[in-house]
Amino acid sequence: MITVKGLTKRYARTLAVDHISFEVKKGQIVGFLGPNGAGKTTTMRILTCFLPPSEGSANVAGFDVLEQPMEVKKRIGYLPESPPVYHEMEVQEYLTFVGKLKGMSGQTLANRVTEVADRCAIADVRAKLIGKLSKGYRQRVGLAQAIIHNPEVLILDEPTAGLDPKQINETRDLIRGLAGDHTIILSTHILPEVEQTCEQVLIINKGKLVATDSVHNLQARARGAESVVLEVEGRNGSLDAQTIQHRLETVNGVSRVLLKDSRENRSVFEVESLKDRFIRGDLARAIVESGWNLNELRPSAMSLEEIFLQLTGGEKTDGEKIPEPVPAEAVAQGEIQ
Amino acid sequence: MRNIWVIAQKELNSYFVSPVAYLLLTMFAIIFGYFFWVSVAIFNNASLQSQLGGQPMPMSLNEYVIRPLLSNISVVGLFFIPMISMRLFAEEKRMGTIELLATSPIRDIEVIIGKWLAAIGLYAAMLVFSALNFAFLFRYGNPDWKPLAIGYLGLLLQAGGLLAVGTFISTLTKNQIIAGAATFGVCLLLWILEWAQGYETATWAKVLAYCSVITHFDSFSKGVLDTKDAVYYVSLIFLGLFLTSRSMESLRWRS
Repeated sequence: MITVKGLTKRYARTLAVDHISFEVKKGQIVGFLGPNGAGKTTTMRILTCFLPPSEGSANVAGFDVLEQPMEVKKRIGYLPESPPVYHEMEVQEYLTFVGKLKGMSGQTLANRVTEVADRCAIADVRAKLIGKLSKGYRQRVGLAQAIIHNPEVLILDEPTAGLDPKQINETRDLIRGLAGDHTIILSTHILPEVEQTCEQVLIINKGKLVATDSVHNLQARARGAESVVLEVEGRNGSLDAQTIQHRLETVNGVSRVLLKDSRENRSVFEVESLKDRFIRGDLARAIVESGWNLNELRPSAMSLEEIFLQLTGGEKTDGEKIPEPVPAEAVAQGEIQ
Repeated sequence: MRNIWVIAQKELNSYFVSPVAYLLLTMFAIIFGYFFWVSVAIFNNASLQSQLGGQPMPMSLNEYVIRPLLSNISVVGLFFIPMISMRLFAEEKRMGTIELLATSPIRDIEVIIGKWLAAIGLYAAMLVFSALNFAFLFRYGNPDWKPLAIGYLGLLLQAGGLLAVGTFISTLTKNQIIAGAATFGVCLLLWILEWAQGYETATWAKVLAYCSVITHFDSFSKGVLDTKDAVYYVSLIFLGLFLTSRSMESLRWRS
């Protein structure tokens, strides 16, 4: 449905997107992941024919963005970072206007407006001015606008930015519900969002595509070795965490044992195996044979966050750490001084 | 064609749901009403005196009332036009709605013409208020309607040209005030260029005076449809709209 080859976008001094290539199949939800300023928005703007690429090609729904932009535009719905709404319009009026822009008219359009308003849960504010709506509603009006003409491809730039947790969940459900009929690319820098919503992930950093895979494979790949969390309990009386740790370290294939928590006669460890070794069975046996209770044993999936940092080098490279968010209070105080 | 109408309709709507349109219409109605009252009073006085003098002169409403009033509108228009055109693109850029227009299956030129037509529409609505005043002349006097019609045509052409320039300026910034002030400056300049002729007779002064929007209105205010002047306004319209479309395209390459 979407084929991107060697796509490059150069601004006067900066290289915003650097030879990225990827493919999205029909009906997929793809998460476009990257730190701020990585080139997500630029790529999306190229796909929507808002910006022309400097090099390379992008094909959306069978049409090239440079050669036949009109055909591409008919087949995409786009929600930019800030929803492109007119504050002086009513919701219904706005959706009708956008529908007309996309070439719809008459009863078909009227029906579609009702349908989309229901689907995006904005039916109750149809007669209100968009300027008077809350951010969450405005975002959903933006989403309704993107799907009004039932496009084959949906491109959503940070669809959940600025929403409260409840609204975020609703929006995610809505997006998941749209998959299947539509091919969706959604950008975000919120990692759980990708884990929850998307089937496939494209990770982009400084204009370069650093990884592209399914969420599942990506986790497996980054993990490489097995990692297990286990809780051990002494059978009678107190338990020495050190002893257990030494015992666990001697199990075949274990590379590292970390004591995570220890209280009274219980201890929680995180054990990592050497590459391509399966250690769960051996661990369980070692503990039981030593006369301890094994309360819990589960594989710990590396969160996408860790993978992300690993891939974008947020922790490794010197001087380019992802900055810690500054607390709002500190900022306020700084301004006063 | 349909797309142009969709844009024009939306644009006119947003003029009339905001106070902008009502403010402009009210201000124009008051200012023009005042002009009309003064010039009719002067005309009355003059005709009274010419009768009292014993030698009644033929006095024409067209010549003494309509013509100077049309010229007044053309100058007053210079002050209103920036307020009409300033929001056209600046607001879309500020609100990010330009992305919606640019990623919809609609050509740039359709957006531009739609917006420009809406701006002319608002200007035409202003002219309706002047026409209400003129209607009194027809009720109580007997002026010729043809010069008046040509005068209105001239006003629309002039406004069309200036609004096209204003539309172009509006694509250059996100800030309505900047767009409005710059357009006002250009309108003013295009007006006072005419003065060059007053002090100089050299060719450059004539060229400058030719560029003035006001000089070209003279023939229209007399009720004469002069091709030379019409061509000037139509060229200004094309120039403005052409620059707008170039500017919108460069927006994509730069942003």
